[in-house]
Amino acid sequence: MALLEIKNLSVGFDTSAGLFMAVQGIDLSVDAREVLAIVGESGSGKSVAMLAVMGLLPKTATVTADSMIFDGHNLLTMTTKQRREIVGRDVAMIFQEPMASLNPCFTVGFQLEEVLQVHMKMDAKARRKRAIELLQQVGIPTPEERLNSFPHQMSGGQCQRVMIAIAIACNPKLLIADEPTTALDVTIQKQILDLLVSLQAKHGMGLIMITHDMGVVAETADRVIVQYKGRKMEEADVLTLFEAPKSPYTRALLSALPENATGDRLSTVADFMKNEAANAGVPS
Amino acid sequence: MSEIVLEGRNIIRDYHVSGGMFGKAKAVRAVKGVSFTLERGKTLAIVGESGCGKSTLGRILTLIDPQTSGELLIEGKPINIARDRVTHELRRKVQIIFQNPYGSLNPRQKIGEVLGEPLLLNTKKTAAERRDLAMQMLVKVGLGPEHYNRYPHMFSGGQRQRIAIARALMLSPSLLVLDEPVSALDLSVQAQVLNLLADLQDEFNLTYVFISHDLSVVRYIADEVMVMYYGEVVEYGTRDEVFSNPQHNYTKTLFAATPKSDVASIRARLEKKKAAA
Repeated sequence: MALLEIKNLSVGFDTSAGLFMAVQGIDLSVDAREVLAIVGESGSGKSVAMLAVMGLLPKTATVTADSMIFDGHNLLTMTTKQRREIVGRDVAMIFQEPMASLNPCFTVGFQLEEVLQVHMKMDAKARRKRAIELLQQVGIPTPEERLNSFPHQMSGGQCQRVMIAIAIACNPKLLIADEPTTALDVTIQKQILDLLVSLQAKHGMGLIMITHDMGVVAETADRVIVQYKGRKMEEADVLTLFEAPKSPYTRALLSALPENATGDRLSTVADFMKNEAANAGVPS
Repeated sequence: MSEIVLEGRNIIRDYHVSGGMFGKAKAVRAVKGVSFTLERGKTLAIVGESGCGKSTLGRILTLIDPQTSGELLIEGKPINIARDRVTHELRRKVQIIFQNPYGSLNPRQKIGEVLGEPLLLNTKKTAAERRDLAMQMLVKVGLGPEHYNRYPHMFSGGQRQRIAIARALMLSPSLLVLDEPVSALDLSVQAQVLNLLADLQDEFNLTYVFISHDLSVVRYIADEVMVMYYGEVVEYGTRDEVFSNPQHNYTKTLFAATPKSDVASIRARLEKKKAAA
C-alpha cells in the first residue's frame, strides 16, 4: 500500500475566460522511503497537483479525482477540520521562497514552536528543547541563539533550513518540497539537497520534489514524473529517464540542458515539439 | 580581430555603511581590485555566489555606479563617472539587461514606448523613425509588430526578457552587460533566450559580460571566465582552462556543488544509496 495514492486527479480553475484545467487526469503514488520528483516547466500543473493534496487551493479551484488516499485517509471525503489534523503533521510542505514563507514579525523560535504546540500539544519546556534539537538537525550553528532571531537576520539558505525544521518538526510521513532550492546559490543548493535526502533516509519519509531543474532530479530522485500542460508525459525510475527517455517531451527537456549542447546552438523544446507533434499526438 | 572593448585595471569599490545613531560608520569593500581585458565579439562570464560583488562590478561596467579607485577603459578611453559627465555617445555604447524581466519593465508603458524611449532620450530621430526601428527590433528578437501596442503584463517571462534585450539593443551598443539574464526562466525558455543572445552576438558583433551563478550556462556561452569570491577574483582564464583545470579551492567547491545529470553520476549515487540502506 502506497503512502500517497492519487488516481485520475484533475484540477480546474474558474476564470473570466471560462474553466481552465491546470491538471488533467494525473495518476501518482509515493511509497514511504521513496523520493519522487515531479518535473515540468512553469504552468505544467506540478505545484497545483500537490497543493490539491494539501488542501491549499483557493475556492475558485475544483478538484476531482477517482481516489486520493494518504496513509489510509481518504482526502476527498475529509472535512476541513480532519484535514487540518493531518496537514502540517503527517504531510508537510516546503516552498520556494524561504523569506516569504516565514512570518517577518515573529522569531524563528516562535514559528517553530507553534507547530509543536498545535500538533503535538507539547508544553513550553519540551517545545523549547525540541526546537533546539530540530535546528541542530538541519545544521544551524548556535541554535539556542538562533531561536530568538527574526527571519530578516538570516540568509536565504538559513531561512530554508528553518522551513525544513518546521516541516519535519512532527516527524511527517510525507514531505513535499516545492522548488526548495530555486532561489538559492549552487553551493547552498547542494547543502539543502543533501540535507533533505539525508533527513528523508534517516526518518524514512516519503519525499516529493517538485522542480524544473533536471540537475536537481538527477541528484535526488528515485523515480520521476514528467508533466507538461497538466498531463503526465512520462513516469520512470531516474536512471531509465536519463538513459532512455521515452516521451519526446522528456527528450526535448534533456536536450535543452546547456551541458548537453551539441553544436553552437541549444535545441529548444519548442522546435522539438513542432517536429514531434504531428506523429506523436502530443498536446501543443 | 583583437580590438579590446573593455578593460579594467585594479577596480575597487567601497560602500559606506552607516553604523546607526551611535555606531561608527564602516566601509565595506565589495570589489577588491579586479583587472581584466575583453576583446570585441567575445563573452566574459563572471561567476560567483550572492554577495561576491559580481553585480557591483556589473554596475560599474555599465556606468551606473562609479568605481572608488582603479581604471575602467571602454574602447581604450579611460572613464570615471565620478569625475566626468557621461556623454550620450558613451551611454549608447554600454547597455545592461537585468535578471528579473518582471521588474525591469514599467507596467504602464506599452512595448512600443519601452523600445522607443532610448531613442527619444539619446537621439534626434523623429517619431516615425523611432516607430520603424522599434518594429524592426521586435522582429529581430523573435516577437512581432503586433506586440507594439501591448503592455508588459500580456507577455510571459521569456518574452519579457526578449523585450528587455530588444530595448538594450535599440541604440546599437557595442557592449552588453547581462546580469543573470536567464536565471528566472524555465529550462526550455532559457535555451531559447541563450540562442537568441548567441544569434545577436554573431549578427552585431556584440561583446557580452555575462554575470551568472549557473556553471552549465557559463560553460555553454562564455569565452572567458572570471570566478569571484568575496570581492576578489580567484580564477580568471579561458573557459577551457577554468573548466578543465580549476586552480582555486572555491572554484573546485563550485564545480562539486553543480548538479551532475549524466547517467554515470546518477548510477554512482543510486549505488551509494543502496549500500547505505
